[in-house]
Amino acid sequence: MTLERAIRAVVLYPHIMDVYADRGNLIALRARCRALGVALEVANVGLGDPLPTEADLVLIGGGQDAEQRRVAPDLFERRDTLHRWVEEGAGVLAICGGYQLFGQAYRTGAGDELPGIGVFDVTTVAPPLGWERCIGDVLADSLVEGVGEVVGFENHGGRTYLGPRARPFALVRFGHGNNGDDPSEGAVYREAIGTYLHGPVLPKNPALLDRLILAALRHRYGPDESLPEVPGDEWAVRAHASAAEVARSRGRPRT
Amino acid sequence: MLLLLSRQAAAGRPTPPRQRLALLAGRAVGAASRRLGRGGGTAVPGLVAGRIAPHLVEALGRASEHGAVLVTGTNGKTTTAHLLTAIARAGGLQVIANPSGSNLERGVVGALVDAAGQLGGLPQPDGSVAILEVDEAAAAAVLPRVHPRAVVVLNLFRDQLDRYGEVDSIAQGWWHALEADGGGPTLVLNADDPSVAQLAEVARGDVVTFGVDDRGAALRAAEHAADARFCLCGGTFEYDARFIGHVGHWHCSSCARARPAPTVSARHIRLEESGARFELVTPRGSLELRLPLAGLYSVYNALAAAAGAVALDLRVEAVTRALTDAGPAFGRQERFTVGGREVRLLLAKNPAGLNEVIRTLAASGPELHLLWLLNDGIQDGRDVSWIYDADIEVLAGRVRELTVGGDRASDLALRLHLGGLDASSTRPGIRDALDEALEATSEGGQLDIVATYTAMLDVRSLLAARTGRDAYWEARA
Repeated sequence: MTLERAIRAVVLYPHIMDVYADRGNLIALRARCRALGVALEVANVGLGDPLPTEADLVLIGGGQDAEQRRVAPDLFERRDTLHRWVEEGAGVLAICGGYQLFGQAYRTGAGDELPGIGVFDVTTVAPPLGWERCIGDVLADSLVEGVGEVVGFENHGGRTYLGPRARPFALVRFGHGNNGDDPSEGAVYREAIGTYLHGPVLPKNPALLDRLILAALRHRYGPDESLPEVPGDEWAVRAHASAAEVARSRGRPRT
Repeated sequence: MLLLLSRQAAAGRPTPPRQRLALLAGRAVGAASRRLGRGGGTAVPGLVAGRIAPHLVEALGRASEHGAVLVTGTNGKTTTAHLLTAIARAGGLQVIANPSGSNLERGVVGALVDAAGQLGGLPQPDGSVAILEVDEAAAAAVLPRVHPRAVVVLNLFRDQLDRYGEVDSIAQGWWHALEADGGGPTLVLNADDPSVAQLAEVARGDVVTFGVDDRGAALRAAEHAADARFCLCGGTFEYDARFIGHVGHWHCSSCARARPAPTVSARHIRLEESGARFELVTPRGSLELRLPLAGLYSVYNALAAAAGAVALDLRVEAVTRALTDAGPAFGRQERFTVGGREVRLLLAKNPAGLNEVIRTLAASGPELHLLWLLNDGIQDGRDVSWIYDADIEVLAGRVRELTVGGDRASDLALRLHLGGLDASSTRPGIRDALDEALEATSEGGQLDIVATYTAMLDVRSLLAARTGRDAYWEARA
């Protein structure tokens, strides 16, 4: 008899950083863990709540300026623990506003600078007055091994620029990506992924979902862990194909 | 005295030639578009007229003796305007209204086009009131141009963020527009929605509030789709009871701001399968009411309409009569009989609205037959992520047959699957999906259709064609 494997996910500010259905990522994670026979423990961490001592996976969603301003100082206080987990190889999925705060800094429209925790070597600036937000369907090719084509929807004012130590999460075929100037989308450091993709991203990108679960398992049990051979969810495969088609037909072609 | 003066002034003034031309052009375009059977029949006339005479919208204020009432907010605009129109008519007023769903500035101008005479003259204002639903993002721009007598603000939820950007900027827009409007309209505000109730602080005229005074109607657990979190002072909103998302009995954790005691309220609410019973409490007495529209959200719409009637000084009897006899607004809980099946059409276009529809469905019985349609047109929102913000899981185990359709049927089918509802059929084409769903419903049974805005228009025109009901440009408030 094999003992069931278990992972612990920390969801940061689930009631604040959730602007566009990012909780769908947790919904997909729960369903996939169940299918894979992996027990999932979820710890919700709000402003001022203590972090658990260990985590295998960290999720943070997007938020508006007001919400980012709220959580930035609280997140900054926790930077040492979060860095330790990332360096140990825990998985991270940081979406939109959460991705910006996992970068070096976010300069807001009001001109002040919110410090990030610097997991990713990226800097975000609010666009000058009169610039359009980056909104639309995205189809991109991930540079993360095994993830392949990713689909989603972006909606962000901030433009994110990669520093010398940053690697993009993906290259867009359709969509704006980090800044609309270069084709980069998101950032990767070890097993941490930052991205602008809503959709939400995990339900319809099953390869990315499996990649994060694998990272969490390896963080907990060691580098030899693998995922059991469980076929992907057919519903997810169809939703992915449909969203990819939408992005191809009306997404902004890469510049 | 003031009313008398303005009436004489308006009645004595001929319609300026340019405006007359604009109104005539609008009428002609509307008629042509209807003959062609184009769905654009509601928006195009206002667009054309507005191009010819850009200041036409300002004429609305003086085109009606009792002034204009704007109805805005994320959810419930059409139904509230529809109910308030019924009350005003029961109170003996003529009503100028905009065509359902055409609620940008062109739709507001379209109301004038519709009310204009054969020769393009502005409508005679005697005994009339304009009741106009206005898109929540357009309200800040329309407000200073129309100088309304009253503004009804329903609620503010996340909706179509791909179009509007952030929710906070809409609230700020309302705030600044009201602060700047020297006319000082009467504000009719939802006491239970903190982002709406706080607008009382910038009121220059009277304030009438409405709310639910029945903690028994509260949610047992907080819904996920709650949008107002932080007070203007920086504190956090706390709740003694939540009714819909962040709408409830709120107070700020750190300052004195709290839900005001409502002027108009509902007590002893009993939600039924096809309606709601409650005690309507107004400053002029309270009365028992049976509203033939289901769901707590319908109770809120009825309260908003009743509070609007208070702002217009209409009699309580008119309110009771109109609310008791209220039919559904276009595509909102509308019923059809098709091939021996009862069909109910439910519009759901954002998480808060969908949660209410889900609650209403859950109260309708354990063996539902559902057709669920998701489109991603501009009016639906290009981004379909929002379906994950609604609490689909509530319906798990209650659905016997599920057909999924619309442009984004595959996305919807995945969301429903993750919520514990597996579709027996997924059909992007709405006609195919409808046929399939009707087929799966036995004769004498009921089919509930949940649809986003453009999917509702499409499926409704199919249902209307099969039942001989009006096409949508004729289905008026």
